[in-house]
Amino acid sequence: MSTYQEFIQQNEDRDGVRFSWNLWPSSRLEATRLVVPVSCLFTPLKERPNLPPVQYEPVMCSRANCKAVLNPLCQVDFKAKIWACNFCFQRNPFPPSYAGISEVNQPAELMPQFSTIEYIVQRGPSAPLIFLYVVDTCLEEEDLQALKESLQMSLSLLPPNALVGLITFGRMVQVHELTCEGIAKSYVFRGTKDLSSKQIQEMLGLMKPAAPGQQSRPVAPQEAAASCRFLQPVHRVDMNLTDLLGELQRDPWPVPQGKRPLRSTGVALSVAVGLLEGAFPNTGARVMLFIGGPPTQGPGMVVGDELKTPIRSWHDIQKDNARHLKKATKYYEALANRSAVNGHSIDIYACALDQTGLLEMKCLSNLTGGHIVMGDSFNTSLFKQTFQRVFSKDYNGDFRMAFGGNLEVKTSRELKVCGAIGPCVSLHSKGSSVSENEMGIGGTNQWKLCSLDPSTTLGVYFEVVNQHNAPVPQGGRGAIQFVTQYQHSNTQRRIRVTTIARNWADAQSQIQHIESSFDQEAAAVLMARLGVFRAESEEGPDVLRWLDRQLIRLCQKFGQFNKDDPTSFRLSESLSLYPQFMFHLRRSPFLQVFNNSPDESSYYRHHFVREDLTQSLIMIQPILYSYSFHGPPEPVLLDSSSILPDRILLMDSFFQLVIYHGETIAQWRKAGYQEMPEYENFKQLLQAPLDDAQEILQTRFPMPRYIDTEHGGSQARFLLSKVNPSQTHNNLYAWGQETGAPILTDDVSLQVFMDHLKKLAVSSSA
Amino acid sequence: MWTWHSVAAVPLNVRFCYQEGIREQHPGTASSSVGHRASPFATNNGLPYYLHLYRGQARGPPTSAPPPVSAPQQYNQYSHSQGDMQNGPPPMTQAPPRPAAAQSYNQGHMNMTGPHPSYPQHYGPPPTMQQVTSQMTGMQITSGPPTPAGPGYAPPHSSQPPISTYSAPPQPSYTQAPPPASSAPTQPPPPGVPAASQQYYGVPPLPSQQPFDSSRPPTSQQQFTSSAPPPPSQQTFPPSSFSGPPTRPQAAPVSQPQPPFSAAPPSLSSAPPPGSQPGFAGGPPPIAQGSFPPQLTPPSSQPGSFPPPGPPPTSAASGQYPPMSQPQQPPAAQPSPYHSGPPPPRAQMPPTSMGQSNHLPPGPQGPLGQQGPPGPLQQPPVQPGMQTGYPPQQNGAFGQARSPQPGYAGPYPGQPNYGAPAPAPTAAPAPQKRLDPDAIPSPIQVIEDDKAKSNEPFTTGVRGQAPPLVTTNFQVKDQGNASPRFIRCTAYNMPCTSDMAKQSQVPLAAVIKPLATLPPDEAPPYVVDHGETGPIRCNRCKAYMCPYMQFIEGGRRFQCGFCSCVTEVPPHYFQHLDHTGKRVDCYDRPELSLGSYEYLATVDYCKNNKLPQPPAFIFLIDVSYNAVKSGMVSIICNELKSLLDLLPRQNPEVDSVIRVGFVTYNKVLHFYNVKSTLAQPQMLVVSDVSDMFVPLLDGFLVNVNESRQVIESLLDQIPEMFADTRETETVFGPVIQAGLEALKAADCAGKLFVFHTSLPIAEAPGKLKNREDKKLIGTDKEKTLFQPQVGVYNNLAKECVAQGCCVDLFLFPNQYVDVATLGVVPVSTGGSIYKYTYFQAQTDQERFLNDLRRDVQKQVGFDAVMRVRTSTGIRATDFFGSFYMNNTTDVELAGLDCDKAITVEFKHDDKLSEETGALMQCAVLYTSCSGQRRLRIHNMAVNCCAQLADLYRNCETDTIINYFAKYAFRGVANNPTKAVRDTLVNQCAQILACYRKNCASPSSAGQLILPECMKLLPVYLNCVMKSDVLLPGADVSLDDRAYLKQLIGCMDVAETHVFFYPRLLPVMKLESGSLPVAVRDSEERLSKGGVYLMETGLHLFLWVGASVQQELLLNIFGTPSFSQIDPNMISLPVLDNPFSQRLREVVDSFRAQRSRYMKLMVVKQEDRAELTFRHFLVEDKSASGGASYVDFLCHMHKEIRQLLS
Repeated sequence: MSTYQEFIQQNEDRDGVRFSWNLWPSSRLEATRLVVPVSCLFTPLKERPNLPPVQYEPVMCSRANCKAVLNPLCQVDFKAKIWACNFCFQRNPFPPSYAGISEVNQPAELMPQFSTIEYIVQRGPSAPLIFLYVVDTCLEEEDLQALKESLQMSLSLLPPNALVGLITFGRMVQVHELTCEGIAKSYVFRGTKDLSSKQIQEMLGLMKPAAPGQQSRPVAPQEAAASCRFLQPVHRVDMNLTDLLGELQRDPWPVPQGKRPLRSTGVALSVAVGLLEGAFPNTGARVMLFIGGPPTQGPGMVVGDELKTPIRSWHDIQKDNARHLKKATKYYEALANRSAVNGHSIDIYACALDQTGLLEMKCLSNLTGGHIVMGDSFNTSLFKQTFQRVFSKDYNGDFRMAFGGNLEVKTSRELKVCGAIGPCVSLHSKGSSVSENEMGIGGTNQWKLCSLDPSTTLGVYFEVVNQHNAPVPQGGRGAIQFVTQYQHSNTQRRIRVTTIARNWADAQSQIQHIESSFDQEAAAVLMARLGVFRAESEEGPDVLRWLDRQLIRLCQKFGQFNKDDPTSFRLSESLSLYPQFMFHLRRSPFLQVFNNSPDESSYYRHHFVREDLTQSLIMIQPILYSYSFHGPPEPVLLDSSSILPDRILLMDSFFQLVIYHGETIAQWRKAGYQEMPEYENFKQLLQAPLDDAQEILQTRFPMPRYIDTEHGGSQARFLLSKVNPSQTHNNLYAWGQETGAPILTDDVSLQVFMDHLKKLAVSSSA
Repeated sequence: MWTWHSVAAVPLNVRFCYQEGIREQHPGTASSSVGHRASPFATNNGLPYYLHLYRGQARGPPTSAPPPVSAPQQYNQYSHSQGDMQNGPPPMTQAPPRPAAAQSYNQGHMNMTGPHPSYPQHYGPPPTMQQVTSQMTGMQITSGPPTPAGPGYAPPHSSQPPISTYSAPPQPSYTQAPPPASSAPTQPPPPGVPAASQQYYGVPPLPSQQPFDSSRPPTSQQQFTSSAPPPPSQQTFPPSSFSGPPTRPQAAPVSQPQPPFSAAPPSLSSAPPPGSQPGFAGGPPPIAQGSFPPQLTPPSSQPGSFPPPGPPPTSAASGQYPPMSQPQQPPAAQPSPYHSGPPPPRAQMPPTSMGQSNHLPPGPQGPLGQQGPPGPLQQPPVQPGMQTGYPPQQNGAFGQARSPQPGYAGPYPGQPNYGAPAPAPTAAPAPQKRLDPDAIPSPIQVIEDDKAKSNEPFTTGVRGQAPPLVTTNFQVKDQGNASPRFIRCTAYNMPCTSDMAKQSQVPLAAVIKPLATLPPDEAPPYVVDHGETGPIRCNRCKAYMCPYMQFIEGGRRFQCGFCSCVTEVPPHYFQHLDHTGKRVDCYDRPELSLGSYEYLATVDYCKNNKLPQPPAFIFLIDVSYNAVKSGMVSIICNELKSLLDLLPRQNPEVDSVIRVGFVTYNKVLHFYNVKSTLAQPQMLVVSDVSDMFVPLLDGFLVNVNESRQVIESLLDQIPEMFADTRETETVFGPVIQAGLEALKAADCAGKLFVFHTSLPIAEAPGKLKNREDKKLIGTDKEKTLFQPQVGVYNNLAKECVAQGCCVDLFLFPNQYVDVATLGVVPVSTGGSIYKYTYFQAQTDQERFLNDLRRDVQKQVGFDAVMRVRTSTGIRATDFFGSFYMNNTTDVELAGLDCDKAITVEFKHDDKLSEETGALMQCAVLYTSCSGQRRLRIHNMAVNCCAQLADLYRNCETDTIINYFAKYAFRGVANNPTKAVRDTLVNQCAQILACYRKNCASPSSAGQLILPECMKLLPVYLNCVMKSDVLLPGADVSLDDRAYLKQLIGCMDVAETHVFFYPRLLPVMKLESGSLPVAVRDSEERLSKGGVYLMETGLHLFLWVGASVQQELLLNIFGTPSFSQIDPNMISLPVLDNPFSQRLREVVDSFRAQRSRYMKLMVVKQEDRAELTFRHFLVEDKSASGGASYVDFLCHMHKEIRQLLS
């Protein structure tokens, strides 16, 4: 088994790929019986410090509908200078530049270690990156001030040649012109009127009346010049923009008692999208939306301005009582799609104590690969640090962001692509490798990722289409090629090609092999993504039921048991953790809306479907570390039994970072022992989790909510809600007094869950 | 009233009275036929067009006329030379005698009629014979109609008769020609008649005619014959006939050399004027000029006086000549010949004594005139002769006179114009007889008379007392009725019943200028505060407490003077009554003792029951290419910097509370945030013009002082920012919408100053297209051009009014901008429109800036509602002006400034009583410029009369004209222009006919009898008819007409008066402290050696004669040469000499009087610009086909006669 783990790890490190199965069943029928589909988590831009890009363009299969890229799996005839495509078996001659190849002189893309390779494309003009700030001015003074400072600070982080623009909104929407001296000039739009892109461009003066006869040539420079008024290179308008931001006032329109400020978020976004759409289609651009409350007027309105009508809750939604929901969602979806078509991504930075309408707006980011950051205030480090981290740089000094990504998946004949789940939109490319069976965003083998970063990970689902009666030749391998074209942050166009292959296995004869090739972590995440994807459109209980059913079927398939004897149930090591993941997944905020606002759910789901496997697993099942005098820090069970008085616990649930001081520790701390020199060790103990937490805080994006609490503290709920409630008020006495802390919940514990699972799995009637 | 029996012998006004005219044309038949109809006079004249001033009886005296005859002969000769017509006026001579008798008479009357002490006084001191006479006559007439007059007049009658006899004979001759001839005879009468004739002042014309006739008889035959035959014969004749007189021989020779000359006279009346002018000018100038200058001053007064004296036409002529130089022209009236004759003598005479001298001369002239006139009038030949004979004289007088004549000549042909603009001068050649302009009522005379009698403050305490004319400077003492500066009525004696009103057709209207600025020596209305419960009002009709409320029951209740309802006096307002029933505190409380005062309004009088916010001014500036290029933008921005310190305020000590905002626009709008805390202004562009909104609230409307730096920075930058603009399209509707929305957002009233250049063709609500189409002029579709093109602006206006958003529009068009449509909002919101066509910074800057300054600074009230309450029996039924009405009673004014007047028409819905009179109370609720809610109350009481004569005795023509003009101008948007004109003439004719029928003593139908107080109605009405709106010339754009139309709509009486009858001031001699007497608006009155200043309220001209003395030129222009005067100068050079100083003072004082700055235009005689100037010589025939005064009068007479028959 260790071999498989190593293999998996190696594959992930090299190619950024984790497959649910690392041996593929050779027939469709068998594949479906495996319950968990053949699928993978793919991180297109996985950081590969040891992978220098090559400076030439890929060699592609000459078959029009294939165009697979030459890769190490291809058979090459060095003499004839011909290579055979391993996907369509087309034989292709090498291009002239490859004349010198031989067995000993192979190009990089033929070497096995370059199963992932990156090409730099020299074609085409390099367009500067664009950052368009869309700023809500209906903020508290303090918030606005903090936001202004953050924005001013961000100017220094931007690439000097990047273009920046500023749109502010409140009751009105203002597009600021950045070039004017002496007078600050802006174009104003009414916040209640839905404008078409053409209207917006006309009103901004971006459309020059097309004089027949001389459009093509002169228009281009004019257009560029015109749009320049709103989007200027950072280095040129640095000062201007800093001043402009400094003078930014709160929205001056009075907000009567009992009303919410009027926020025209919908129109503001529409203007932003329209502006970029007209001026810079298909150029890497980020619209960064900063909001401090829900849209309250105009298209995209989420809630009315009457304070007495609260913003929709899950309860309202379930009762179909959210009157703006559908309309707003539709509006933002349309915007998101427009934006996605042009390759522009939209970030949402929502900082408010109440909901801000992320539920309706989430698609803006989900479809365009933008970030969503949710905080309580712009004046928190959570926002400030996170925002700063957007502009973080990698080991090469390049921004960890890429634009205009285009992921294409090619498969060998036995496989077809069912779909993908992640921050992408379908490009509706119907190829021969596209399955009719859709999972996630399907019906295509190409997706657009308007913005992606090194951790952006897609779940890609496949279908084995090989018929049962057409056995795969012995030793045959299935191959999949991921071709990712994108605009690097240094404005280069690049193509990264990852080609992987897995062996086929006959499910009937080699089921153990297949079972041992199971990657339960990947599988858990992939199934979770499917579940989350379903949850977007289905009722919560249905999704849970589906998940349970899948789990039971998997257990039935791979468990070893005697019929109707739950106690005989056993799972092999490669599946042992899977039920636990499912247990926690069921309890997670991705599927449970109880105790979460619709916005929060949207926020959690947004991140869940884009993070890589490790982070996703943390989200599903938070990590719990325990610190004590008894030994070095150790991971402990995410269980109420781990909550002990003399321990400090550090829980990382991705979104929250909780440091929990046990009862005794808390008392000590209160007594101030850590201040006493003789209790230096206690001080160190207290410090240890803080340091570890700091480490996580430094790297995590978005920065998690940092919670320092103790036994009995109100914030301890973050921990208590996550741990397995093995001890509750119901079974407290049954379980011995001295260990753990009881959780006041009626939720089932993992033990109960497993009992039921076993029972159902072994049931002959199921 | 004055009986103005102006009898003018009109030659053959074919157009006028077809029947008569035709008959008369044939000498033989004519005389007979005419005879039947009219009084002897009329018959004599052959034409009914005489204006018989007198009452029928007056004729008796005519006999006296003969005596003068002897003198007249000389006259005649003179007259021959020149033309003729003026004989009419001569009657002046008679005037002198009248005074005595007449005065006594009049006074008696006056006293009788009513409590007008002031009037009598004025009259009492007859400054000059003429005035006296005229006044007398007037008096008589007024009295005349009523019974009392009868007796008084008796004498005059006697005098007249003689005249009639006179006239009788001449008429025949007259008709054909030779009024001149006749004139001669007429002249005689003057001398003899003088006394009698004067009484008849009005009559004079008749006498004049008669004289003519009489004179004619002798010459007439010859003339006739000659006339009938071809002209050449006539020419010969004239000499022959003339030869009779000593001068003739000379004349003859001269005449030949001056063929043009001779032709000219006729031409004057008819078409050919041009030729004549030169001739005239050439010949006469030497003498005439010399004589004229001195005469000039006198003349002006004289002419006026003369006309009345009609009888001594000759004299009149002479008198007039000197001053006006017109005498000759009057050809129609035949005076010209006389003039020519008289001029020489007169010229000298006038200087000495205006009235008498003039009169006297007439006598002698008369005879001369007779001979002369016939020739010129009817037959060209005669004239030559005349001229030849009198060349010298005529030259002087005529030279000037003639140039105008051409215009006159037109008139006749023009007559048709009445009906239809296009005159068809078919018969032009034959009939050219005219009334002597001096014989017909002279506005100048009336104005001067009124000035002369208004020495004491006008007290308003007496009910039904007509105030002095608007042209008179007077002080007002409020003693219970509103000052005439606030309210002027058409009639101060209202008919008791609607039948009377209908019969008389006199419009019952009041021109109300609620916020009029008072001169510094009159106290502004007191402010009354009745406490929390607000003003005390009648329970039923809601009239406000005023002097007409009668306190009863010991002061515990009061009875409403308007509706008679009895209302409890609230305890806090109770006061005891004295023995007369007056409250003891009557004189302590303005509302009980004054005609005008203000109440502080309580919250109940406010919108939404909330005290108003201080108003705001928003400046919206077009920054399209044209605006920038013309310099308009930079001028405005520069000016605003200082102008903002001068925003209106209630208390001069305190800074204005008005907030300001700025917007610029072309195809899109730019708002500016000028909040005081900003380092630099912010510009907010709104391109969504289809759905305008205000992009900001805080920082848009700011206090000037707080945001001064930011504002100045903004104003500095605006011109720079748009210096390179290439945007030529503009929007307009959204601009107003923007201002409106801004005020809405700020929840205040206010004013928008829109500076706009071009037709808004950019895609936006209110987009317009060019619809100016000359082809539509004169068709039924013409009216649509005065209607707004699109409905958007109507709706916008409605919204503006609801918000109290007043819009002032400054236009700088280079082409058609559709004022009719753009003006909808300003007009509906009580705003003003200013138009600077082809604006150029250099030349128009001053005018624009002065207008702007004044417009920004003037006192203005916002969000106003005006309501006029009246006594039971009448009701305010119609309103004219710039405002909006949602219902039939409330006049809503988003803004109401101190220059806006509203004309209100009243109709009967019941009977009025003579005892109580008619009361009206105008209440204006408004927000002052400091944001205070106030009520301004104006009370007015007028008499009621059961006799038509009383009505006609107490009317104010200027006000009537104001009403007519507004009524007519409003009508052009709904009716064909021709119909409007016809209606006007018709109503005027009915008014006068009613008077003639019911008030004047019976007389020949050939007499035109005008009520004293309406004697100027025809001349003024003619001016209205000739205005560009009703009778556009070829060069008058549709925009100009629409612009004038709205402008007139909110003018007060003084403004309409000067607009329709411009003030023409000779400024050859200027004394400090007083202004020279104006002259009549006719080219004849201009001396070639003179310099005249003309103001119309909109324009200011300085006309410079071609042969002005060098010294004068040096004084004025600093150059001795006429040719070096720069006609493009925009202001007079500042020269260090008393004359220059004084002249500039005068110019400045003129400007100060008007609400709009008048740009000075220097017009050199015979320069191209003179055309423009001539347009305002409203007594002349206008280039666009408008009739001359004389022609119109004749036409009016005809109309009246038709009504009477």
